[in-house]
Amino acid sequence: MTNKLTRRGVLKSGAVAGAGVALPTIFTASSASAQAYTNEPTGSTVTLGFNVPQTGPYAEEGLDELRAQELAVEHLNGEGDGGCLNTFTSKALKGNGILGKKVQFVTGDTQTKSDAARASAKSMIEKDGAIMINGGSSSGVAIAVQGLCQEAGVIFMAGLTHSNDTTGKDRKANGFRHFFNAYMSAAALAPVLKSEYGADRRAYHLTADYTWGWSQQESIAAATEAMGWETVNNVLTPLAATDFSSYITPVLNSGADVLVLNHYGGNMVNSLTNAIQFGLRDKMVNGKQFEIVVPLYSELMAAGAGKNVQGVLGSMNYNWQLDNEGSRAFVKSFGEKYGRPPSNSAQTCYAQTLLYADACERAGTFNPCGVAEALEGFEFDGLGNGPTLYRADDHQCFKDVLVVKGKENPTNEYDTLEIVDQTPVAQVTYAPDHPMFGGAEASLGTCNPGA
Amino acid sequence: MLGLNKKDFNLLMVVVGLSLFAPFILNIFPKDSAMAFFNGGYPDLMQRFAIFGIFAIGFNILFGLTGYLSFGHAAFLGVGSYAAVWMFKLLGYNVVPGLILSVIVAGLLSVVIGYVSLRRSGIYFSILTLAFAQMMYSIAYSDLFGRWLGITLTNGETGLQVYSNDPQILLGENSPIVPHIFGLEMNARLTLPIGPWEFVFPVGYYFSALFLVLAFYLSIRIFRSPFGLMLRAVKSNNQRMTYTGLNPRPYTLAAFIISGMYAGLAGGLLASMDPLAGAERMYWTESGAVVIMTILGGVGTLIGPVLGAGTIKYMENIISKMNEKLLHEWFGFLPDSLEYSIVWVASWFTGEGWHMTQGVVFMLVIIFLPGGLVEGGQRLAARFGAKSNDTGKTAQPAE
Repeated sequence: MTNKLTRRGVLKSGAVAGAGVALPTIFTASSASAQAYTNEPTGSTVTLGFNVPQTGPYAEEGLDELRAQELAVEHLNGEGDGGCLNTFTSKALKGNGILGKKVQFVTGDTQTKSDAARASAKSMIEKDGAIMINGGSSSGVAIAVQGLCQEAGVIFMAGLTHSNDTTGKDRKANGFRHFFNAYMSAAALAPVLKSEYGADRRAYHLTADYTWGWSQQESIAAATEAMGWETVNNVLTPLAATDFSSYITPVLNSGADVLVLNHYGGNMVNSLTNAIQFGLRDKMVNGKQFEIVVPLYSELMAAGAGKNVQGVLGSMNYNWQLDNEGSRAFVKSFGEKYGRPPSNSAQTCYAQTLLYADACERAGTFNPCGVAEALEGFEFDGLGNGPTLYRADDHQCFKDVLVVKGKENPTNEYDTLEIVDQTPVAQVTYAPDHPMFGGAEASLGTCNPGA
Repeated sequence: MLGLNKKDFNLLMVVVGLSLFAPFILNIFPKDSAMAFFNGGYPDLMQRFAIFGIFAIGFNILFGLTGYLSFGHAAFLGVGSYAAVWMFKLLGYNVVPGLILSVIVAGLLSVVIGYVSLRRSGIYFSILTLAFAQMMYSIAYSDLFGRWLGITLTNGETGLQVYSNDPQILLGENSPIVPHIFGLEMNARLTLPIGPWEFVFPVGYYFSALFLVLAFYLSIRIFRSPFGLMLRAVKSNNQRMTYTGLNPRPYTLAAFIISGMYAGLAGGLLASMDPLAGAERMYWTESGAVVIMTILGGVGTLIGPVLGAGTIKYMENIISKMNEKLLHEWFGFLPDSLEYSIVWVASWFTGEGWHMTQGVVFMLVIIFLPGGLVEGGQRLAARFGAKSNDTGKTAQPAE
């Protein structure tokens, strides 16, 4: 077959190419549609997107988040016993959905992978018309999805994410975090560590080798060094590691008398179990009892590590044993529906969903910019954590932080942790331009309503 | 036409047609109907169809023609994404430099990995490529090079993304702050409501589809070229080829580099649709996914990989979203006991169980249609009396 360039052919293809180049202007012109903002709900319902890990290492946490989110939707629609709607200090929510629209939800599986999480969030936004995305159990995923929501013009209510970066250098105007962060863990733990173990300890860190691990280690090292501890060594361990024996042996010869495990999930269960098996907690070093610290605890991890957590200190965002009006109401309705107490990741997702709904009611619109404005600087109580402030500068919640300890004599399978101290919020508050949070350069940008 | 024989040209036209009308084909159910759940015609999924189609076409040039089974192709996809995002960070949001660099970087990396891995064949080759890809994954995940250099290179687990304080030296006052091609934003779209239907035409999808068509055309040319014949010779009898005095390695290396560049292009496009690059794009399961896509569609066929990529991505995005609540709605008309038992069984295969469905489909295809979906198409065509070379749907396997 022959291909000849003819004048006519060139002219023809030129005309086609020209039309092709002109076409885009049609597209851009019509991309601004009638909607005032992305996924403006027009019918009698409004759709929320719950993006949680249903497979992978954090699937347990994800399924517990989903339980709480379903419960929150029930309460918003006026079904069930109303839960925290009765104790919430803001009375905007009436139990008739949000702004009179019945709440529906769609779910997605993040698989604890940024790509999969963004794909499922996108499909919820583009296909199902979700107006808000909530959930997640990893900081990497939270930051990725937060960026996506910023671009798409919907609100992101983060689930379990503990890295400083989420509301630090990666903070976004459309993203909000109720959960606490690594800095707060460190600030809450340090005084307790000092009073329990003394001011002249030598700490050895094992750190999961990724953003959250680094940010956790940096925070704990800074806080403990400030009160007189010495950091002997920091060893980074691969996230995929399951056996930590080879990392534990050098600890014994390092002259350290405290081991800090900056691990989460399965990593923490394994490293703690290894450390206990090596008899670290029975050793006397420098004339002191050897101690282990786990900065970030969760009920599901404590259950996984079994009796190895007994006496080990750590911090939490929320614990179901917390005794206040909101907490009691939440634990009661969660327990009645599912026959188990909620985990702290469940609680944060429940609170985030109610907070979003409440902000819509108070703003009188679903427009992300209006909702963001309603959430910024919002002070509330009655969702389980005590008095809380949503800070306007970085969209981070400030509230008391719990210091917990593995219970020595658990009475049942959910009774694994006991609350040692409730660190007051003033002690964990930091400046929005703190160097660990991106310094002065970090900025929220401007809110994006999409469309 | 275009240097193709009639049959290949028809096949190309089928791909062009599918690409052009995908928004209609994938949105076949009216928007508010109960079946709307099965619509796959939203921008993100259509873009994935096109991009992973490119990835699989490239993989098929190596695996389908030479028979070398690479288990590390996701590494090229990953570096392609990182390269593109770095261009966004340094230059600006125009996707052209990003795409060019992603192809170049993936090409260079495939020279290195290919040169070493191709010294062995068979299972050893597969393991070597797997090892390299896992190495790349670990390096990216812990940002090893970045930490050596004292900068952020891959941003570890969080993934590389663009910040407002990045240099972006080509970013003008009024430039869009999302990926665009000369001002045309990738996430712009035209929505066309016709009666109860709603069709969406996203710019990003058509941009990717253009590359899909080009990639497909190039792949036909390679399949039909003397170079393609050499690659088939490597597959059918490598030893004999060596005895006749031909050195197969330059050919296999060239095929490896070409398929690496395809993967790099796919990675660059992924980043152009969504300006973020994460290390898990390089994880070995991703390398395995492209193998499954190619085999499911039909190894060594021209259109097979595109069909396979579409099938897998559809299952991943649609079946994984069927939750129990939805199943109860669908089967709500049945008596309770029947409803619950059906939902109980179905929930194993939907939602988080979508991998199970993928596995079952893959097994059925491998057992009953060893030639993949393309063989299924051929059999159907034969059954209904159409001459297979006229349907255009089918293609000759490489062997």
